[in-house]
Amino acid sequence: MIEVRGLTKYYGDHAAIRQLDFDIASGEVIGFLGLNGAGKTTTLKILSCILLPTAGTVVVDGVDALSNPHEIRKRIGFLPDTPPLYNEMTVGEYLTFAARVRGVARRGTASAVAAAEEKTGLVHKHKELVGRLSHGYRQRVGVAQALVHNPALLILDEPTSGLDPLQIVEMRNLIKGLRGQHTLLISSHILAEISQTCDRLLVIQAGEIVRQGTEEQLATSMGTRVDVEIDLEGDTAQVVEKLRALPLVLNVATGPQQDSLARLVVTTDGDHRPELVAAVVAAGGRVMRVERGRARLEKIFLELTKKKESAGTQEGMLS
Amino acid sequence: MNNVLTIAGRDLGAYFRTLSGYVIFALVLMIDGLLFNAFALGEPDRRSADVLTKFFYFSSGTTMVASVLISMRLLAEEKQTGTLVLLTSSPLRDRDIILGKYLSGVTFMSMMTLATVYMPLLILVHGKISWGHLFSGYLGLLLLGGATLAIGTLGSTLARTQVLAAIISGVMVVLLLTCWLLTRVTDYPINEVVLEMALYHRHFTSFTLGIVRIADVLYYGMVSYVALFLAIRSLEARRWR
Repeated sequence: MIEVRGLTKYYGDHAAIRQLDFDIASGEVIGFLGLNGAGKTTTLKILSCILLPTAGTVVVDGVDALSNPHEIRKRIGFLPDTPPLYNEMTVGEYLTFAARVRGVARRGTASAVAAAEEKTGLVHKHKELVGRLSHGYRQRVGVAQALVHNPALLILDEPTSGLDPLQIVEMRNLIKGLRGQHTLLISSHILAEISQTCDRLLVIQAGEIVRQGTEEQLATSMGTRVDVEIDLEGDTAQVVEKLRALPLVLNVATGPQQDSLARLVVTTDGDHRPELVAAVVAAGGRVMRVERGRARLEKIFLELTKKKESAGTQEGMLS
Repeated sequence: MNNVLTIAGRDLGAYFRTLSGYVIFALVLMIDGLLFNAFALGEPDRRSADVLTKFFYFSSGTTMVASVLISMRLLAEEKQTGTLVLLTSSPLRDRDIILGKYLSGVTFMSMMTLATVYMPLLILVHGKISWGHLFSGYLGLLLLGGATLAIGTLGSTLARTQVLAAIISGVMVVLLLTCWLLTRVTDYPINEVVLEMALYHRHFTSFTLGIVRIADVLYYGMVSYVALFLAIRSLEARRWR
């Protein structure tokens, strides 16, 4: 659906992004990960045809964004990091205006607005002033304006920015509900969000894509260590001994006891949960729960950014 | 054209949904009313046509100031609040955005200017007025206001904030108003060109006297066209920055 080749953007002498290459297939949910200032927003603005690149091409559904940005904008819905809202309008008025400028025909505007409100849970806020909405609802209105014209591609820049935990869960569910209806490109630096909502990741650091793939692929390719939590009944000492004997196990630690169950935290060089369970059972343990460590994406991200930074430092030292 | 009208409709509504629109409207009516009473009606034994000319003379000042204030928010406010992204990420041409916003400003300015019509009509109580003179004066005010608004729209595309937009627009308007002073220090034919460029001096006076000259109408049309053309180019240039 989207082909990006050699995408580069300079602001004066500073390269915000350099030689980005990636593809996004139709229906995918892509997480765009990067630290602040890594080049995420610049990339998203170019994909949304708000900014022009210094070099490179963006092709959406076979249409070149540089030669025909007008056509591309019809197929894209964009939510910037600050939702573009007119506080003096009601939600209904605002979405009607958004639908009209996004190319929805006058006859279809009411139904498009109703559908967008339905998808984003805003039906009961139709007559409320945008300026009086809570931050969570404002963010929803932002999403609604991006999808009111039913675009094939939805680009969401930091959709959970500034939301409280409850609003984050609501936004996450909203985004999950859009899966299958649109191709989604979600930028964030909140790793849990990306991990829970996206099929594939693009990691950008200092204006370059440093890695792309599924979370699994990234972990494997980087040899990232995986922590696996195992809650079990039985002779813990024997199980620990058995696990330590496995070549794939790097470390075994005993965690806090959970409801009379022992907890082991096993560090491996990849996701080897089936082998670990087999070893525990062979040692006479009864497995009650197995869970992959939740902080894996965080580790991948930190390692990637660390590698990039140290590479940059070395380059600096050499020059 | 639909896109232009959609944007114009929203922006025009915004003037009446917020306090700033009412404040500008009320201030212009109040200042015009005060000036009319003090200078046009306040002096005794004056011909009706002179009163009308005087009215258009000071109304031109308030119209220009109001036009700068009306136009300062057109794009600068959208940049300040981050709402311009909605328009620039939509399948709209930059021309549609500028023309829609300009149209909303012109409509608001026209409503405000035409709301002062009761003042010259008061002359009818003790005197007579020529309807042609009235038409000519108001046509001049609308053309002058339209040109100032176009300059203000350009200023609004150049500035990041509304205050800065008002300052930039104000400076451009003042330069165009006072450029005729250069005729004293320039020779022919430059002094003629400079004189023709002046926003008020050469082109507005005839309207206040009840004379509509095609050259003056074309001048204000040309100023508006050039300012809007530059505003469109300025908005397009944002895509490179």
